Amino acid sequence: MDLNSIYSELILEHSQNSHNYRRIDAPTLSHKGHNPSCGDEITLQLKLESEIIKDAAFSGVGCAISKASTSILIDLITDKTKQEALNLVDTFIGMIKREVTNEEELEILEDALAFQNISNLPARVKCAVLAWHTLKKSLE
Amino acid sequence: MQNFMQDIRKDFPALSQQINEKSLIYFDNAATTHKPKQVIDALTTYYEKFNANPHRGAHYLSIKSTEIYEDARETVRKFIHAKSSKEIIFTKNATESLNILAFSYAMNLVEEGDEIVVSILEHHSNLLPWQQVAKLKGATLKFLYLNKDGGIKDTEIESKITKKTKLVSITHMSNALGNINPIEKITTYAHQYGAKVILDGAQSVPHMTIDVGKLGIDFMVFSGHKMLAPMGIGVLYGKEALLKEMKPFLFGGNMIEYVYEDYASFAELPFKLEAGTQNVEGALGLMTAINYINEIGMEKIQAIEADLTSYALEKLTNLDEVVLYGSKNSKDRGAVISFNIKDVHPHDTASILDSYGVAVRAGHHCAQPLMRYLEIPATTRASFSFYNTKEEIDFFVESLKKVRRWLGYGS
Ligand SMILES: Cc1ncc(COP(=O)(O)O)c(C=O)c1O
Ligand SMILES: [Zn+2]
Repeated sequence: MDLNSIYSELILEHSQNSHNYRRIDAPTLSHKGHNPSCGDEITLQLKLESEIIKDAAFSGVGCAISKASTSILIDLITDKTKQEALNLVDTFIGMIKREVTNEEELEILEDALAFQNISNLPARVKCAVLAWHTLKKSLE
Repeated sequence: MQNFMQDIRKDFPALSQQINEKSLIYFDNAATTHKPKQVIDALTTYYEKFNANPHRGAHYLSIKSTEIYEDARETVRKFIHAKSSKEIIFTKNATESLNILAFSYAMNLVEEGDEIVVSILEHHSNLLPWQQVAKLKGATLKFLYLNKDGGIKDTEIESKITKKTKLVSITHMSNALGNINPIEKITTYAHQYGAKVILDGAQSVPHMTIDVGKLGIDFMVFSGHKMLAPMGIGVLYGKEALLKEMKPFLFGGNMIEYVYEDYASFAELPFKLEAGTQNVEGALGLMTAINYINEIGMEKIQAIEADLTSYALEKLTNLDEVVLYGSKNSKDRGAVISFNIKDVHPHDTASILDSYGVAVRAGHHCAQPLMRYLEIPATTRASFSFYNTKEEIDFFVESLKKVRRWLGYGS
């Protein structure tokens, strides 16, 4: 297992000083995700205008991987439609489970591709997918 | 000492593995310990030579299996200094033992308005059953809180245990902080009011000499897998008179005397509380583990583990980036050290240590109310066994020093 590929610069940057780590005034949706195995507890807030995610932010406590994954997710879904966001979630989870392997299909994940190797660290998969599951639950 | 340690480590095949191309350093002993080859071999021999259903047949193998199972019970009795082997009930683990006590004992003891006292240190296994009893019976659950060191204050004991208290269920040693609780004081206090005391010995029985009589407790629970034995065997100890009062928890084969179409009478202790075919293999494993411990000697085990703990505590205290939880005084604690590295979530610490071959636990340690009380989301926990060494602690501390750098902090 290569720690360099897990604790990459991109992931560290998003986990430490994320511009998405803040609160939204009067969010349309606010949903808490919890990872009991390690105590990650993240609240995801969304502001929707018609079907478009106009703003998103997160707060709470978590490990570097869950925080970075949340922050990267937020960058990705801002200004996307609900449907597009849900599609991103499915692709991301597919990538983690190694069910989606086609590179063209994965391209839409952009920075979130940084988590492609997380399945080498099975204990941390839950951290990486926490925000994505939380988003799916709150949109559905 | 050098030779002794080399010999001991040879007994534990799992300890000489490579993990991620690094020598395994196993510091997750509070979760479960590794097993000596004496225990592993005993299980193989059992299935190669003896396997049969105990208490059920007149044939040679069944008699042998019965002997093994009952020898194991007697071995446990001696180990915890119980008066009679009737006081030793085999279960699956500490959790099952506590549930038996909750549903077959406490449900018939506790009434509306009564109080059950636990501490904020409890493992979920010694909390959820009491939440259930309190809810079903309309009783109140009360908590003993801690001083800064993680110890339980005398004033807490004196103010929370009252004439309303029917039951006190408390851990001997905290699995999350390592603190050892003042059990004798608690039992003396509880008994003044006629309350019964249950001791969660899951963390203490493996690491110190236990005399249930001296402690004055009424019941005790523990798990074999935390003391060199296989998973799936545990113990419920209870004073004979109290176990006698208890209703069976499970009904079926083995626990009966006479069975008619519409009613049955139950067997004597301990069989009344052991329905169905039992885990003979597990009981044998536990007996073999206890014999192994006795051969080394509990005093020696305790001395080695105390030495490892104070050595590690001293090294960790010298690291500026480490925050330690629990008592600073190694006399008040078992071989468990809970800590965090500044700015780093314990889950990241554990993953990074794992990449160096060091196995520790990160999380809430099945004690969410304690974490909330201490206002920390989680901790990293290193827990030692007598088979660990100071060289391993040195390597662990060197690896810890690298954690912050992996996360992009200067030092
Ligand atoms: C203090 C304490 N009580 C109870 C338990 C539960 O043990 P088991 O899971 O073997 O039933 C544990 C195990 O972690 C423990 O540390
Ligand atoms: Zn995590």
